[in-house]
Amino acid sequence: MAATLAPPRILPSGDSAITVEFSRHIDDAANQRVLGLDRALASEAIPGVTETVPTYRSLLVHYDPLQVDFGVLGEKLVALAQAAEPATTATRHWRIPVTYGGEHGIDLEDVAKTLKTTPDDIVARHIAADYRVAMIGFTPGWSYLSGLHRSLHMPRRQNPRLLTPAGTISIGGVQAGVQCLAGPSGWHLLGRTAVRTYQLHRDPIFLLEPGDRVTFSVVDADTFAEQDRAAENGEIIAELMNP
Amino acid sequence: MTRLVVSAIGPASSVQDGGRHGAQRYGLTPSGAMDRLALAAANALVGNASFTAAIEIGPFGGAFTASEGAVRVGLAGALRNADIAGRAAASDTSMTLADGETLTLGFARGGSFSYLALEGGIAGEPMFGSLAVNARAGLGSPYPRPLQAGDELQTAPANAAGECRIDLPLPAQGPIRVVMGPQADEFDQDATRLFLDSEWKISATSDRMGYRLEGPTIKHLHGHNIVSDGTVNGSIQVPGNGTPIVLMPDRGTSGGYPKIATVITADLGRFAQIPPGKSFRFEAISVASAQEEARKFAKLLGSLLDRPRPIATFDLNIEALQGANVAGAAVNAVDALTWQIPSAADLSAQD
Repeated sequence: MAATLAPPRILPSGDSAITVEFSRHIDDAANQRVLGLDRALASEAIPGVTETVPTYRSLLVHYDPLQVDFGVLGEKLVALAQAAEPATTATRHWRIPVTYGGEHGIDLEDVAKTLKTTPDDIVARHIAADYRVAMIGFTPGWSYLSGLHRSLHMPRRQNPRLLTPAGTISIGGVQAGVQCLAGPSGWHLLGRTAVRTYQLHRDPIFLLEPGDRVTFSVVDADTFAEQDRAAENGEIIAELMNP
Repeated sequence: MTRLVVSAIGPASSVQDGGRHGAQRYGLTPSGAMDRLALAAANALVGNASFTAAIEIGPFGGAFTASEGAVRVGLAGALRNADIAGRAAASDTSMTLADGETLTLGFARGGSFSYLALEGGIAGEPMFGSLAVNARAGLGSPYPRPLQAGDELQTAPANAAGECRIDLPLPAQGPIRVVMGPQADEFDQDATRLFLDSEWKISATSDRMGYRLEGPTIKHLHGHNIVSDGTVNGSIQVPGNGTPIVLMPDRGTSGGYPKIATVITADLGRFAQIPPGKSFRFEAISVASAQEEARKFAKLLGSLLDRPRPIATFDLNIEALQGANVAGAAVNAVDALTWQIPSAADLSAQD
């Protein structure tokens, strides 16, 4: 079965990195193969590989050209990608508490209007889904989730906001997101969580790993405020649902 | 404790080292010096390991005062007027500031960044093995932000050794070499030719995240939105307006614009030093050639600690005076208003 997997494209990102491309689109099967290759490289290290960066559709492999050259590494990566099991199972499941709407989710009402339903219904659809961390990027801890319910797919905002709050829970296109630091965003803001996916001086500094399973639960604004204070002091807040 | 006090400092100046590696999968960019060769040369002058944290000084210069002891520093990178308490000083040399003396550095000439390495390094708390400033992520030590007047960097007292100079091979003067891709196929032959055959300039609205280029508009074959994938230092992405941006060490770790080409490792520092307004070209080379250049560059970096030579005070002053004479005619294209910080949204598609 593994032998039937199509080979990925091997693309040079300069002289010290290779983009292993499985698809040009946001594609769940491609993402599973990205994460599968990432896991395979973690367990079966190739000399010279220094760092890997999974994204929706490709794995960026940083390497030291003094130790391995492009052609040799490219062939090894193709072989490994074709042999690696797609990562269909998550190793960890996190439940992340969210306070939806109001000042913490300023786009919830507009999203409901656009989709001709109620804010409560949007929240219900958002928490009903089972998500997976497809990639982390853009800024530290910004976690892109696959698994958003089809009925919540909608174009991003015409005018991206230059500043959105830390902990924003949002949707954009076919994706859902958990944002860690305050920063720009063109997505629709549904709520906020106290969970810090990135926090210095906490162990672990980065909470989520690409491939982790994520679900959301509802908390009220007071609970959010309380959790936010606890999170500031280093509490993880997110619940690990499987050991 | 012996300190180097920042008496004055221009924008785009911060503590930088070899950068922090291994956390790009969590969205944490490596940061680190814009010109690694110049950082390593500055460190070699004071006997530090190549990628020890040093002060990366932006185009405008600054002034630094030794406090509670003498401080030995090594200066490399962009040429500038430099003096210590009125005595002219030269780039590519070490120098010792007596307690209370101030080193003043003027505008960069023919480059953008200089590195001031402190003998014994800069005291700080490494995060992911690095003191490099990444202001957006709140990282960097002793200050997680660009330097400001009044900042104090703790260091070791100067030892009694004599001063050194370092002779570096002249940097290549030709085009900035690139490897095409990873998304070369998002551009047709005409767009690729336009990219490789045109003269480019670096916009003054550039920073440690990315250098915007001024030149022709590069058209995409299939529109400018691709699904985000990973970036490297030197990725040349082409956003919707067709104006390429070269991603620098504070880049986002992923981006949603097609990347037409990637600057080779050996030319990244040379590229980072091109001042705004100066014309340059790109040249495509094969991955194999780029890797050969990367190996040569690594060899050069590895040779730096053996390169410093002792100098007599007399030689040092002649050098410095010659440098100072050239400076009179130099004009810097950058001013404090145009060297600004674009938002993250400008520089990478969030996807």
